[in-house]
Amino acid sequence: MALLEVREVTMKFGELVANDRVSFSVEPGAIVGLIGPNGAGKTTLFNCISGLYRPTGGSILFDGKDITGLTPYAIARRGAVRTFQVVRPLKEMTVFDNVLVGAFLNCRDHREAFTRAAECIALCQLEPLQRKPAGELPIGGKKRLEMARALATRPKLLMLDEVMAGLTSTEVKASVEVILKLRESGITLMIVEHVMEGIMPIADKIVVLDGGLKIAEDAPGRIVSDERVIEAYLGAKYSRRFKAREEGAPLG
Amino acid sequence: MQQQAFSKKDAAWLGFLALLALLPLAPVMEANSFHMHVLILILLFASMAQAWNIIGGYCGQVSFGHSVFFGIGAYGAGMAVVTYGGAPWPGILIGMALAGAVAVVISYPCFKLSGHYFAIATFAIVEIFNRSFLVWDWVNGALGLDYPVIEEGLHNLMWYDSKTAYYYCALVLFLLIFGMVRWLEAHRFGYYMRAVREGQETAESLGVNSTAVKLTAMALSATLTALCGAFFAQYNLRVDSPMVMSLDMSMKFVLITVMGGSGTLLGPLLGAAVLIPLQEYTRAFWGGLGGGVDLIIFGLLIILIVVKQPAGMVGIINDVRKRLARRKDPAKGGETHGAP
Repeated sequence: MALLEVREVTMKFGELVANDRVSFSVEPGAIVGLIGPNGAGKTTLFNCISGLYRPTGGSILFDGKDITGLTPYAIARRGAVRTFQVVRPLKEMTVFDNVLVGAFLNCRDHREAFTRAAECIALCQLEPLQRKPAGELPIGGKKRLEMARALATRPKLLMLDEVMAGLTSTEVKASVEVILKLRESGITLMIVEHVMEGIMPIADKIVVLDGGLKIAEDAPGRIVSDERVIEAYLGAKYSRRFKAREEGAPLG
Repeated sequence: MQQQAFSKKDAAWLGFLALLALLPLAPVMEANSFHMHVLILILLFASMAQAWNIIGGYCGQVSFGHSVFFGIGAYGAGMAVVTYGGAPWPGILIGMALAGAVAVVISYPCFKLSGHYFAIATFAIVEIFNRSFLVWDWVNGALGLDYPVIEEGLHNLMWYDSKTAYYYCALVLFLLIFGMVRWLEAHRFGYYMRAVREGQETAESLGVNSTAVKLTAMALSATLTALCGAFFAQYNLRVDSPMVMSLDMSMKFVLITVMGGSGTLLGPLLGAAVLIPLQEYTRAFWGGLGGGVDLIIFGLLIILIVVKQPAGMVGIINDVRKRLARRKDPAKGGETHGAP
């Protein structure tokens, strides 16, 4: 059974259709990448799944149960936890305390929560910064804090919204390592990402959105040569050139 | 900051409390002296401000309605003694429970309002209660409740000749409320309150039911405030609506906390330790100017604090400490850890 099942989810803002009958599923233990050009509706879909928006149509099943329209905290309590693309540190609390707030969700007492928070801080390499107020962190640190905080809740499904954007390539490599470690520990991941070098090597499946529609869903290896995907990213001209090259390749 | 179950700071607090407990033995503290009166009020107002600090400071929901809860507590004790001729204790408990219930009923719709609208709504509520109690016969309307002369002692929570017993009661109240907030600071609910203050949506994304957190914080804050109100009634041996349910009184909860440093354990005590002596001594020495001198100085101090250091006196202390640390070890610049 799929851990997350998105069924025909539609989200309209007035006349604007941000998500149009999007369906896909996330298997337990998988890493699923959600990509698409700017404005494709990736973050909107995240907001629908995490309960920030109530979808106009369709339904979302998590762990076999319908979670459509539940409040964000109810969804988080069931084990689907997200990060925010536009980072949201609890500014006046220290980095450690930020992570601790997450840790309290599934820890019985505060001793256990402290241990859990310390683990996640170490995993996301935030140790040297942990006593600083979260508002004072550089952007890379804030992105890692988003991840550590969500991770501390012991989620079943961790939804990462562009945690690699704006990072140096060394930092991207570090994030990739962290993500792989998370999968080893049994967490299922769904990742919205623009940084292809980050997501392509690690994803089991890529879902591509464009203009609110799902245009492809496949293994990363096949996605990169998918005509519609290339068209969405680079335009029709490049798509034709690419096709011609593919067809011409055996001759040359 | 990383909270431990028991820290050096707590040891300092315990030492300070022991000092307070021994203070009445000092020769200047005669049983009925004015100094004793000021000390009692400092402890009482520090406790009130700390109760407010739970919802206003830690949880970030600025309430100007706390005199309502204070008044309900005061009337609870007053009615038990004056109207029903018994001991104040059952009235105190009923007052506390009622204040908690009223707080939930009032705040539930108000929490749907964001930011400043919550503060404005609580303003209006004070006036509604103040005026209603003035014309309500059951609570003796504008006449108020005057305590009869009855047997003194702990069972009636009332003493005539000596303020020492009141002082120890105030100390117990102080210990109770400050201890409770200290406990909250280190536990889940305390973290959740701060998370809701710093970012409601973020807190919710981490599984925090922010409405429930705010309502619980408000109920707890109101209940403790009512307990302070009951003590105030027992100390003054009189209750009337303008005395306990006015906007003036509501402002004191806010001003003392903001002055000292809201959202900190020490803040309410610092605020009360500065503002209450100011209020009482100006009243004693310049009372002839028609009252209100203390409020003028109050106002000036608050303007200064809000402009210069919004984190209050606790913020000033932290600044000074950082500067001292920097002077000692200029290489580290005040921060204790070397982040790359």
